[in-house]
Amino acid sequence: MKNVFVTRWGIIGVGGFIGVIAALLQYWGNPGNMGICVACFVRDITGALGLHRAGVVQYLRPEIIGFVIGSLAAALIFKEFRPRGGSAPIVRFVLGVFAMIGALVFLGCPWRAMLRLAGGDGNAILGIIGLIAGIWIGTRFLKNGYTLGRTHKFSSAAGWILPVIFAGFFLLMLLSPQSEGMAKSGVLLYSLKGPGAMHAPVIVSIVVGLIIGFIAQRSRFCTMGAFRDLILFKQIHLFSGVIALVITAFITNFFLGQFHPGFEGQPVAHTLHFWNALGMVLAGLAFALAGGCPGRQLFLSGEGDADAAIFVIGMVAGAAFSHNFGLASSPNGLGPHGIAVVVIGLAVCMVIGFTMKQRQ
Amino acid sequence: METTVDARGLSCPQPVLMTLDELKKTTAAEIVVLVDTEASKENVSRAVESQGWKVLNITEEEDSYRLEIHRG
Repeated sequence: MKNVFVTRWGIIGVGGFIGVIAALLQYWGNPGNMGICVACFVRDITGALGLHRAGVVQYLRPEIIGFVIGSLAAALIFKEFRPRGGSAPIVRFVLGVFAMIGALVFLGCPWRAMLRLAGGDGNAILGIIGLIAGIWIGTRFLKNGYTLGRTHKFSSAAGWILPVIFAGFFLLMLLSPQSEGMAKSGVLLYSLKGPGAMHAPVIVSIVVGLIIGFIAQRSRFCTMGAFRDLILFKQIHLFSGVIALVITAFITNFFLGQFHPGFEGQPVAHTLHFWNALGMVLAGLAFALAGGCPGRQLFLSGEGDADAAIFVIGMVAGAAFSHNFGLASSPNGLGPHGIAVVVIGLAVCMVIGFTMKQRQ
Repeated sequence: METTVDARGLSCPQPVLMTLDELKKTTAAEIVVLVDTEASKENVSRAVESQGWKVLNITEEEDSYRLEIHRG
């Protein structure tokens, strides 16, 4: 069967759909310019599980669970579920940690950077410049033979682990639903204020997540790959999907009254241009070295890629460190140790880039 | 002896980089690329076609794809 999603119009359709849906999710209750943010939402899940205790960002975002399960469904239906792994998992874990930390210095993953732009947040421009710079550095390493090595075929169970864990989280959420004015339900934490308290209805979030997971698996949508392929191969295939996302999100925002151009007072954002950019240099480099943006890592996890699953677990750990150690930014500016961790993260990623090469 | 690029187990963009490197070096009219994921198969096909080569045949072997690529 021909896969229409991998054609030019397929990827444009998928990007365009995500743009509309992301703006609508904000309309339905998700935080400002954060209809979908893979980094922020994984961070919120980390908080809901109590692995960090930042009270304003704790919510078990069903969208993220839908991404993994939707991708799993697509992979199973189209016989692309291939359990695999063993390509430098510890390195992928560390890249996941620093990708998350960098994204939380900027306050958004590449998806949210695009959505912030489409909502009029000028600070996103600095983040996107940083993202491109980070990916560009990554492409230099790739050109010089950087590799995390080959994956190996695993038996089926290994590919199911992350989807089952995430399905289990969703089950926990159904067993411990949010109750009005309560910060805890069963074992899960729920924000009473801040971005974590803003969310679309659970049923909407999970359905939308499943649909996006399904079509993103089919189309290989990736926001990091978009820029990487443009830089490395002058290829605009994935890039056209990201452009479609920005355009449709902008149009939808415009008609919903969610487009507010400017730099000051933007939702869940700060105006420190240099650190907006440098945070995303770190995230972009980590994504490029790991071979996918955070969304793509979730979709790959759904199709049985245990290395991508390790990256996702790394992002969870990175989110916990970010809030436990005061690394994450807030609308008031940088966290107390934000500068130090960006410098350390860049140094670690550069060492990984220089040293991970195929043995001759 | 035909030239074979074995990119099985490697994730994007490495299969594409390896294939394009080989296209630059080779004097042969045909090369074979082995990959093991759908995404790599699509990416390599897209990349070689943009270089004016043609994917003549794709055969599915056990857990991998064999792409026969000809100079256009």
